[in-house]
Amino acid sequence: MTLAIERRETVAIVGPSGAGKSTLLALLAGLDVPTAGEVWLAGQPLSRLDEDGRAALRAAHVGFVFQSFHLVPSLTALENVMLPLELARRGDARGAAAALLERVGLGARAGHYPRQLSGGEQQRVALARAVVGRPAVVFADEPTGNLDAASGERIAQLLFELNASAATTLVLVTHDRELAARCGRVLAMDGGRLA
Amino acid sequence: MRLLMLASRSLLREWRSGELAVLLASLTVAVAALAGVGFLVDRIGRAVTAQAGEVLAADLRLESDEPLAADAEQAARDGGLATSRLTTLLSVVFHGDASQLANVRAASAGYPLRGMLTTAAEPFGAGTPTRALPGRGEAWPDSRLAAALGVRVGDRLGVGALTLQVTRILIARPDQGSAFVEFAPALLIDDADLATSQLLQPGSRARFALLLAGEAPALQRFRAWQAAHARPGVRLADVADASPQIGDAAVRAARFLALASLVAVLLTAVAVAMSARSYVQRHLDGVALLKTLGASRAFVLAHSVLQLLALAVAATVIGSVIGWLTQRWLLAALAGLLRTDLPPAGWAPVFAGLAVAVAMLAGFALPSLLQLTRVPALRVLRHDAGPPPLALWLALLPALLAIALVARGTLGEWRLSLQFLAGLGAAAALLAAGGYGLLRLARRWRAAAPTGWRYGLASLGRRRAESIAQVVAFGLGVLLLALLAILRGELLRDWRTRLPADAPNYFFLNIPVAERDAFRARLQSEGARVERLLPMVRGRLVAINGRPMSALHFDSPRASNFAEREQNLTWAQELGDDNRVIAGRWWSAADTGRPLVSVAEEFAEALGLRLGDTLRFDVAGESIEVRIASLRKVRWDSFRPNFFLVFPPGLLEGTAGTYLTSARFEPRSPGALAALVRAYPSVSVFNVSDLLAQVRAVIGKAAVAVQSVFVFTLCAGLTVLLAAVQASREERRYEMAILRVLGARRRLLLRNLLTEFAVIGLLAGVLAASGAALGGALLARTLELRYHFEPGLWLLGVAGAVALVAAGGWAATRSVLSSPPSRLLR
Repeated sequence: MTLAIERRETVAIVGPSGAGKSTLLALLAGLDVPTAGEVWLAGQPLSRLDEDGRAALRAAHVGFVFQSFHLVPSLTALENVMLPLELARRGDARGAAAALLERVGLGARAGHYPRQLSGGEQQRVALARAVVGRPAVVFADEPTGNLDAASGERIAQLLFELNASAATTLVLVTHDRELAARCGRVLAMDGGRLA
Repeated sequence: MRLLMLASRSLLREWRSGELAVLLASLTVAVAALAGVGFLVDRIGRAVTAQAGEVLAADLRLESDEPLAADAEQAARDGGLATSRLTTLLSVVFHGDASQLANVRAASAGYPLRGMLTTAAEPFGAGTPTRALPGRGEAWPDSRLAAALGVRVGDRLGVGALTLQVTRILIARPDQGSAFVEFAPALLIDDADLATSQLLQPGSRARFALLLAGEAPALQRFRAWQAAHARPGVRLADVADASPQIGDAAVRAARFLALASLVAVLLTAVAVAMSARSYVQRHLDGVALLKTLGASRAFVLAHSVLQLLALAVAATVIGSVIGWLTQRWLLAALAGLLRTDLPPAGWAPVFAGLAVAVAMLAGFALPSLLQLTRVPALRVLRHDAGPPPLALWLALLPALLAIALVARGTLGEWRLSLQFLAGLGAAAALLAAGGYGLLRLARRWRAAAPTGWRYGLASLGRRRAESIAQVVAFGLGVLLLALLAILRGELLRDWRTRLPADAPNYFFLNIPVAERDAFRARLQSEGARVERLLPMVRGRLVAINGRPMSALHFDSPRASNFAEREQNLTWAQELGDDNRVIAGRWWSAADTGRPLVSVAEEFAEALGLRLGDTLRFDVAGESIEVRIASLRKVRWDSFRPNFFLVFPPGLLEGTAGTYLTSARFEPRSPGALAALVRAYPSVSVFNVSDLLAQVRAVIGKAAVAVQSVFVFTLCAGLTVLLAAVQASREERRYEMAILRVLGARRRLLLRNLLTEFAVIGLLAGVLAASGAALGGALLARTLELRYHFEPGLWLLGVAGAVALVAAGGWAATRSVLSSPPSRLLR
């Protein structure tokens, strides 16, 4: 397949289970390398970078939101949000992270550990973590998939709101037609191909 | 059969997941630690049993510190018993300029009455049994003595006034120690030569024995005769009381090593429990599924138990091999202290190892496994449905039972086992409390720490229980090793520092009254600085405050020794500044001849004596009663002549005695000492530094042996670390993947891991090294040593713990670093 995603674009990837959505996301984000073909991210050819090179690229340009939140269990909400800034060695991680937690409505819970937060709260922390480094692109893998309808809606709202204000590119994998419809472009996948 | 196949097939599969490997490693360390000591104890035990019948070289032995009256021998002969006389005393033996303190054994015809002597033409040569004995003018040195003096068959030796020709080398005798090497090497001479040697003086420390052998009724008759003619200080020993005593000493020493190995065993139990728990956690889903398919609880349990038994057998085999090698190493480390020709070990330690492996599994792994069988089938639908929580008694009782049984089995008695467990538990609790406190502190620092460090610290906080378990496990290992290093250092250094360069280095005993002044003049003319010369007579304490000693009972070995053995007595108007009166008053010239005595505080404490008590002594058949006029604190390490019991002048002068003194003596020529002894053959010479060197060597060797066993404790610490890492591996993989997704480089992840383990090592090291320093200071006080804190040793303990834990942790978690970030999407 050939696919180009432009700066500030919002793209939804939809399709049935096993269609290859997650694989595509992994390749686009440089979490995995293709056996054949090329992926360019932020002007860099991923297959020519080693693990650490791709990690550095992610630290500089990429934010993630996962279906199962994937917060670091041993760190507090605040520390989780600070992580991307620290990994990219940027200044004032604490201040920026605290401000963003405030913005997603969790300022009072900054010192809590992931296990002390509800699913919706955890995902809001994950959202804050994804955008705190002002990445060029945010990849979201079923961000509402593990949440009830109300929490899901809140997350979706925050996701698009943060994305709009930071003017980032958003690539969203979802089953949810309604969520997909909010994106600028919808890519349907089936059997590993773009339909 | 089907079950067996299923179990063995899944054993192979399970192997890769790691818990079983950790279980195997833990059990192996436990078995190896126990078997290493066990094999050694077994060999000592066999040596003791094998020689028990011959250890007296007779059926009965009549022993005394004074020459035995002739009527006993006559009575024995009349009763149809074979007899032989054996007199032993310590004396210096010369060969040219070489000299060596030896145990001179003068035997009369017939010795040994049981067992055989073995002799050879070369030291340590292959011996042949013989019925002969050295004749008059002949001497048989044992291999150690011959080697020390460099003598060969045909050479001449000097001992006392005698010059003897070496005609054979003594290889073995039935009454040598069965397991321990004796303090001094032996020289066998003819009983008839002893009389002309001038070695026997009043007050010389000789031991007189009459050996008896014969038929049981004749022996019984002699016992009856002896009972009717009992004399104080005369003891009748038979095989039955001789062998347990010897066995006991060896077993007590071995038990100390067993204590050391037990620490390792108990630590591995922690690892067993931890890996069993993570095994169960990982199998909950699978077992729930098996149950929905219709598997019974019994099936699930039998399946796991079979796997565990296979592990126990494998651990026993590997552990026994390691234990066997350890035992050989221990024996080599203890050479010179233990005999190296001990009989080979039996299989008992292997079975004991298996029993321990099974007991550990039953106590620490089985409760978790029972839990596994109780997982509801519902779990396949609802993931949070787990087994009901383990009842407290089920979690604790088997574990406590297993610990108690293993301790009892290893140490051989309940009292010591419980004391040991209580002590160990207290040390572990202290370490755990310290670890908990320091971890809380670390959590505070976390906010200020840089990213890599912070994550490592966070990881510790999250797995706090596991972190504390590791701190305790490593802490105990390091603490014990460091404590031993401190004690050994203190003991050795203390002797060096307490021995001033100009302290007396020779003791001279048995100086005849008539030769006293000439001997002192001769020593002084040789350039020696001679200390006070004190008279010495032997006497026995027979009553305290009018109550005969036989009516009094003393518990401590020291007290009964004071109460039963003959004591060395002296008299003096003045003593030096190495004696300080701590109660009562020292006598003046006016007290000359008054019935008084001054008692050293050790003697008074052991027998519970107070100022003003009256003591009755039997001195050479004369009875004198004296009152305690003063108690003294004696600085024994002044190496000047000192006595527990000192009388005023004018009281004992009538009794025949000898003199003793000490001197700083640097012989001007190598032959000066030999010439001196030849001129005064009755004088016994003891070289203080030789004696101290020997004691130091014994302590050094024993410490090395115990430290070798404590290395297993460190290995046990490593198994706890492995178990903790194993239990957290999935979690770590997950966390590493998140960090990787967020853009962390490998180096940062590595730093995270190293931080975590280095901090565990640091906590364990700081707690252990400080604990050891504290323990060392306390022990030094009890042992009356001067304690010096050694920052170098403290740092070494800390650095060692950090390096060991960091290296172990890195090796165990390395694979986690390559966890692919894309797994988070699946």
